Amino acid sequence: MFDDFFIRALFAGIGVAFVTGPLGCFVIWRRLSYFGDTLAHSALLGVTIAYSLEFNIAFSVFITSSLIALILVQLQNKTNLPGDALLGLLAHSSLAVGLVVIGFLTFIRFDIMGLLFGDILAVTVNDIYIIWFGGALILLILKLIWKPLFASTVNYELAEAEGLNPDRAKAIFTILMAAIIAISIKMVGLLLITGMLIIPAAMARNISDSPLKMVTYSIIGGLLSVLIGLFSSLEFNTPSGPSIVAAALFLFILSLLKIKQTIKLKN
Amino acid sequence: MSSDKMSSENNILVKLEDAGIRQNDKWLVQGVSLEVEKGKIVTLIGPNGSGKSTTAKIALGIYKKIEGKVEKFTDKIGYVPQKISVDWTLPLRVHDFMVLTENLKDEEINKALTLTGVLNLKKKNLGNLSGGEFQRVLLARAISKKPELLVLDEPVQGVDFTGEIALYKLIKEISDKLNCGILLISHDLHTVMSATDHVVCLNGHVCCSGSPIDVAKNNEYKALFGDQASQILSRYEHKHDHVHSSDGSIKQKN
Repeated sequence: MFDDFFIRALFAGIGVAFVTGPLGCFVIWRRLSYFGDTLAHSALLGVTIAYSLEFNIAFSVFITSSLIALILVQLQNKTNLPGDALLGLLAHSSLAVGLVVIGFLTFIRFDIMGLLFGDILAVTVNDIYIIWFGGALILLILKLIWKPLFASTVNYELAEAEGLNPDRAKAIFTILMAAIIAISIKMVGLLLITGMLIIPAAMARNISDSPLKMVTYSIIGGLLSVLIGLFSSLEFNTPSGPSIVAAALFLFILSLLKIKQTIKLKN
Repeated sequence: MSSDKMSSENNILVKLEDAGIRQNDKWLVQGVSLEVEKGKIVTLIGPNGSGKSTTAKIALGIYKKIEGKVEKFTDKIGYVPQKISVDWTLPLRVHDFMVLTENLKDEEINKALTLTGVLNLKKKNLGNLSGGEFQRVLLARAISKKPELLVLDEPVQGVDFTGEIALYKLIKEISDKLNCGILLISHDLHTVMSATDHVVCLNGHVCCSGSPIDVAKNNEYKALFGDQASQILSRYEHKHDHVHSSDGSIKQKN
């Protein structure tokens, strides 16, 4: 069944969309899009480590991104720099270090474009297993921490006062972010993962009035983006990541039309 | 003796011993000792910036780095914060907000919303409520989970006058019916007087405490609240034995 590269890409993409849907909602609610970007940029370093040590890419990226998240927390506590400056610092320096290391690894041929923007030809059966098992694990953990995470997203003090332990939920969520980046990097590419996280969720926000609806529409939006994106990638020979994100943008624009309609109806 | 045993004997839900918190070498509040028992209402009063909300947050365990001691003997807590800034990037209806920290049955939600008079808002978006409506929803959420300890930080702010009296009456009823302890914060002793068992008057430290009548009689209380207090309780004598500086610390004792 997985003989055809396109079928493999479809399965991988669908798996990714199921996970980015709900996580993307939290990225929007908790204003973490730059945080997601930073983790994704640092993923390049993870990839180079994987290549040079002949390691599994997803695992290596997961470890690097988690470490970067840990360093970020330390820097936030120890310096007086604003959060966005620290994020920029980590994002670009880890990207730069990653590229420098690639420069040294002359014995390996890197497909930089594939790393940055995703490459459906590169998806192996093994990757599909990682995406589906990893993705299922991410969703399961997200379900377990949903209550404290969501409550503290609405109001931290309320969650803390009523004994939900929001700090633990936040730490676990950070690890989940590193994990989704690790499993989707081959598919979407590291420059566009945040787009895959936030654009379907932003589309969903436009057309939903409850958190659960937003998560549902975000998943549906992600799935449609993957399908439209991959088919057009095949048809027009465009890179997979940008095609998927462009499809997500198209859906977002459609959702804006829906807003216009409701405003008209109200008047 | 284990602390659990002690609490069941004394009915104490939360206990502060000489508690305080310092931020950037400045005390926000210090030396607060108080305890909330089952079925009792303890009211914190004091002027703006006197550390009422801070004391409540110490009792709730929101602040971690505190001086002194705080002991909680219950996990079933309902909290109405003074300020709540809900982020409107979240699509949140009243119904979703009600089940934020506890899974409730629909009838339990309806009952709580009916008690505070806002059942009609159940399907409404939280962002579209008025200040008073939102306050009633906050209160409904806190009582819906049948807590053992209720911490209410100015729970009726923005509620119209008749509603205010009705809500305080409701708070008293809840305390009786659920036999829960209530830590209530108010800046107006007059309105909460009848519903209070014990009053702690704060101004960066505990100025005075006791039964509502005792506190109302107390000179420090009157010195803090000035004209307003003496209008209500003009029959009492007036003498203040120390002076406060602007940060609430005691400047001198006479």
